[in-house]
Amino acid sequence: MTYFLQQLINGLQLGFVYALIALGYTMVYGIVRLINFAHGDVFMIGAYFGFYLLGRFKLPFPLAMVGAMLGCAILGITIEKLAYKPLRNAPRIAALITAMGMSLFLEYFTSLKFVFGPNYLAYPRPFPIVNFNLGGVTLSNIQIIVFGVAIFLMVVLQIFVAKTKTGMAMRAVSFDKQTAQLMGIDISRIISITFGIGSGLAGAGGVLYGIAYPQINPFMGVMPGLKAFVAAVLGGIGIIPGAMLGAIIMGVVEVMTAAFVSSTLRDAVAFGILIIVLLIKPTGILGKPAAEKV
Amino acid sequence: MKRLATLRSIVIVVAVYVVLQVLISLGLINPYWQQILSFAGIMAISALGLNLIYGFTGQFSLGHAAFYGIGAYAAAYLSKSIQSTNPLILLLGIICGGILAGVVAFLIGLPILRLRSDYLGIATLGFGIIMKIVFDNADAIIPSLGGSRGMTGIPRLTSFAWVFAVFVLGIIILRNLVFSSIGRALVSIREDEVASEAVGVNTTKYKTIGFVIGCIYAGVAGGLYAHLYSFLHPSNFDFLKSIDVLLIIVLGGLGSISGTIIIAFAWTFLLEGLRVILPEAILDWRLVIYPLLLIIVMLIRPKGIFGGREIKFLFPKPESFKTPINRSETSK
Repeated sequence: MTYFLQQLINGLQLGFVYALIALGYTMVYGIVRLINFAHGDVFMIGAYFGFYLLGRFKLPFPLAMVGAMLGCAILGITIEKLAYKPLRNAPRIAALITAMGMSLFLEYFTSLKFVFGPNYLAYPRPFPIVNFNLGGVTLSNIQIIVFGVAIFLMVVLQIFVAKTKTGMAMRAVSFDKQTAQLMGIDISRIISITFGIGSGLAGAGGVLYGIAYPQINPFMGVMPGLKAFVAAVLGGIGIIPGAMLGAIIMGVVEVMTAAFVSSTLRDAVAFGILIIVLLIKPTGILGKPAAEKV
Repeated sequence: MKRLATLRSIVIVVAVYVVLQVLISLGLINPYWQQILSFAGIMAISALGLNLIYGFTGQFSLGHAAFYGIGAYAAAYLSKSIQSTNPLILLLGIICGGILAGVVAFLIGLPILRLRSDYLGIATLGFGIIMKIVFDNADAIIPSLGGSRGMTGIPRLTSFAWVFAVFVLGIIILRNLVFSSIGRALVSIREDEVASEAVGVNTTKYKTIGFVIGCIYAGVAGGLYAHLYSFLHPSNFDFLKSIDVLLIIVLGGLGSISGTIIIAFAWTFLLEGLRVILPEAILDWRLVIYPLLLIIVMLIRPKGIFGGREIKFLFPKPESFKTPINRSETSK
């Protein structure tokens, strides 16, 4: 039983990191209907920003976090302006291929020797690890920080989207782009803000991933990126609470499979669940059924 | 008129083959480049299959490499366990690879082809990743498949002549399929699934037919691939390999046979050519330049380099097909 609870906590830790990436996927998909494959690489670059800010510039952890988020937000907005905006009225597959190209570019460019280099790097520890014992289950201060930061950011995001004028504009654009434009919403600005927020969250996820699983390399974003995207689909793509729910399910299932079944099957079970959920409810767990139009 | 067009196509095919064989026998194409040429042909066969699934039928698949891998492993297992270097084993291998890929595609396709556009893409992506894990752990059930250590000792049977023959056969079958009544049904599903169902097209049946045939192409290509390098590794069939095939058909223009073929060859030779052209010091830049080119091409020609057009004299249309078959784009 304590073993199960311990694995549940480990699963939640992974799930919250996935959730921070999945939010960016789901917001971007909700607004421009693009699977932004480069998002996992923005997450990776966030981890590297954290690496340099913590390790080289010796910044305190909260400042490094904010720095990585800002850096990623700027990167995300730049990618959108350069690569996706010109294709807004092109066939959707063109933007998808461009996103894939952007992903490969970020991976291979950052693994050049004068950028980040291709090797694994050990992540700096900004503070010593402290373990708390709660009736046989250990909870480390890293896990508390991961939970705390992730929940804080999600609450802020939820309030931002639900209560502010920009958040309302974002919801309007994702509901109906043309009508939103007729109501005087600057679509380009909203899309930029969405990319900025999504990328910033991915940057935060990158730093948290770095301190929780302290090894980084330029290809670290590929699998977490795919899984976070799958998590967004699982919860219902375009729906913010859905992304959180899906990501937590993905993280817990992955860790539980590794702990109780076999660690080689951890991805197979996660993706198997995805296929089954899609077959039963194609729009995801929290998704609303879409009407068919001729 | 029709006979003349067919004759012209035959002459072109024979001429291309003779020229390439002469170049090979004169030693102008060395074995290394022969292998690249064969690989390009294999990519073209696989891409033709995906073009049938996505370009003509409009079913978004991100798991093509899984079927390519199924074909490769099936064919390799067969020829490795028979232990003979008779070239006919290759024929048997690619037939078995194609059939197995087709059967798996049928079993997977029946449930998941109900999904639309991006959701289908995600489900096939999930299937592709699951198959990669199966290849990684295949040695637990059949030791000779090698699992994550890779499969070695496959006889090197694929020659350029074999690839060329299968490639030409693949083009002929695809071209005739697209201009048949089945092809019309597939294109109608791409244009508007609900409307084509309303006029009596059995969409489930035709989507499954298109998907299975496309995956058979992938399986056959995989069988040829297994016997080209005589080594298989699960990482040859991961998610990125599905994307490679997808970008070939998108760059070539969805629903364009000639575009797919030209881009399949151009893409393979570009990747290999960069290896030759770039000086040693900046060889690391090869995979930086390639995605940059990809992004630039997409920004300049978002509908593919040929924009869905065919090269007319290579692909004569039957007289009865006056309406264009590949004008509109797939997903709305």
